[in-house]
Amino acid sequence: MSQVIKVENISKLYYLGAAAHNSLRDALMSFVKNPMRDKKRELWALRDVSFEVKDGETLGIIGHNGAGKSTLLKILSRITKPTTGEVEIRGRVGSLLEVGTGFHNELSGRENVYLNGAILGMKRAEIEKKFDEIVAFSEVENFLDTPVKHYSSGMYLRLAFSVAAHLDPEVLIVDEVLAVGDNAFQKKCLSKMRDVSQSGRTVLFVSHDMSSITRICSRAIALAQGKIVSEGSSAEVVREYLSSSWGMRTERDFTDDLQQPQSEFVRLKKVRMVDEDGKVCGSFDIRKKIGIEATYEVRKSGQILLPNIQVYNQERIQVFTIQDVSSGWSRRAKETGEYVSTAWIPGNLMAEGSFIINFAMVTYLPFQSVHFNALEVVSFDVFDLMKGDSARGDFTGKMDGVVRPLVEFETEKIK
Amino acid sequence: MQEITTIRPSKSWLSLDLKEFWTYRELLYFLTWRDIKIRYKQTAIGVLWVILQPVITTAIFTVLFSNFARFETKGIPYPLFALSGLMIWLFVHTSITMASNSLVSNTNLVTKIFFPRLIMPFAATLAGIADLFFSLVILVILMTYYGTAPGLQILFAPLFLILAIIQTMAFGTLFSAMNVRFRDVKFALPFALQVWMIASPLFYPSSLLSEKWRLVFAINPLVGILEGFRASLFGTPFDWTVIGISCASILVLVLLALFVFKRMEDDFADLI
Repeated sequence: MSQVIKVENISKLYYLGAAAHNSLRDALMSFVKNPMRDKKRELWALRDVSFEVKDGETLGIIGHNGAGKSTLLKILSRITKPTTGEVEIRGRVGSLLEVGTGFHNELSGRENVYLNGAILGMKRAEIEKKFDEIVAFSEVENFLDTPVKHYSSGMYLRLAFSVAAHLDPEVLIVDEVLAVGDNAFQKKCLSKMRDVSQSGRTVLFVSHDMSSITRICSRAIALAQGKIVSEGSSAEVVREYLSSSWGMRTERDFTDDLQQPQSEFVRLKKVRMVDEDGKVCGSFDIRKKIGIEATYEVRKSGQILLPNIQVYNQERIQVFTIQDVSSGWSRRAKETGEYVSTAWIPGNLMAEGSFIINFAMVTYLPFQSVHFNALEVVSFDVFDLMKGDSARGDFTGKMDGVVRPLVEFETEKIK
Repeated sequence: MQEITTIRPSKSWLSLDLKEFWTYRELLYFLTWRDIKIRYKQTAIGVLWVILQPVITTAIFTVLFSNFARFETKGIPYPLFALSGLMIWLFVHTSITMASNSLVSNTNLVTKIFFPRLIMPFAATLAGIADLFFSLVILVILMTYYGTAPGLQILFAPLFLILAIIQTMAFGTLFSAMNVRFRDVKFALPFALQVWMIASPLFYPSSLLSEKWRLVFAINPLVGILEGFRASLFGTPFDWTVIGISCASILVLVLLALFVFKRMEDDFADLI
């Protein structure tokens, strides 16, 4: 029996309420007034997910934001219970959903190593045995006895990761931990991850970084809207993932969402892709302008709120960032109320292909702040009808390039 | 023999899972140690405060109640009477407050790591026991000053301290769970504790009440605990009926706390 993890028909249901009773007083009052529970909207974060992981295998889990990856990991790490289904795991499980969980600023590096190690599940004897190794890997020997609040963020991460890296479980569950830190740190993490996966342990790895998935994982599964949509070798699954748009939407309504992007000042309600006639559209003619329309509610006036959109192509390369710097609102604070802002990407600028955007709301003056950044909110395609008036001209083959602007050429005969 | 973990949807009945709690005992130790360390590192007066608070409060009570309103404390010098009650009360008050916040103030632990959640209010309560030790020292000093010679009854004293600890753990567990789901518990609690303080024989003896009312009064677990503790220290007679009623209260409380906590436990990570 070489299968180490068996996941059978796992589902997870969340209820979205208008206002979940957050106070005892409200709950009691509403019970008195109406003893029957009112119906709330259902959200299936996971639906009938089943898969197996064999001994020594490294399985990658990929999917867009909101696809259910983190929920799946939480269930496998026993942090939340599934609504249906069953999971069986053979062997000691170590979960790394975050680096430095439980670190306390007032305690010294040494004390935090013990604390964090215990929190991650290591026994005291084990921590003592590995203590020197952990310290050496983290390179913070000289500062071991100073309170962690005096550490630079780099030192903090190195120490935290070092403790986690010396966790020695038979089954390791890792969630995008590598997304933090600078390049050098990420390289270190990646090579350690590779060591772990090659040492015969069974690993479950969630990441957005397709190259690390293909490098570390032998097999992968892709999730979209709570279901498995692809399973196979990591190279295959990644390729399929990048070239299709599972469940990706051209419009997104956050109005009742548990995770509505918001800050004290502003709340995002809707984002839609629209064509030049204002209609919702998912595929755009390369020659025509592309509209990204966002509806948001300003709850507290006084801030200069600028929509900031980051556009990525299917290789997850950022094409550009666009923000509202030229309309009348770029230096003008917004009063409370509801607003609709539309960004118009000129026609004949985008390349062909699929794109996905993050929508953020930022303030630069007088102090810089990011109110929210809704990741991978909507996506769209761009196609070229090849009528001869796009940047292709008469060329019909494959054209590379992250953008494809139609530019003016000036030619003069000089002799 | 390999460890096998099975994960299933919540069962509707109650399961205590003591074995798992035992596996995580080292974590309980570390979290308690962390809580104690932080409490003493954070205040400049730190350790000093633990001693000052009972001393100053006892002094204030003594001034108030020895000079302005006299209570019949059966021959026990008032400062001793007050301090013996106060040391238990301070422990109860601090530990329940810390325990009720233990889950909510450790959101990252609850949402990222697995461990039996019961450890959190337990660690907070255990951290408070350190305070009890300091208060005991002051009590002993004060008793020597007044020349109170304890009889054999003093052997009962640890029993009442243990009852106080059990009761505090129960309340702490109950409120920590409720606080996750209902955020106004955090605000109602200080008020409730104030009322409880006045409703307990802290700076007045329960002999103030008539016999009939005293039995009803004993439903408040602190009544049996405080009266019993004082009796064991100072040699006054034990009122076993009152103590018995308080113990029954504590038992009900423990069962209620465990039941509520276990029912709510599975949703902590989703609600917090």
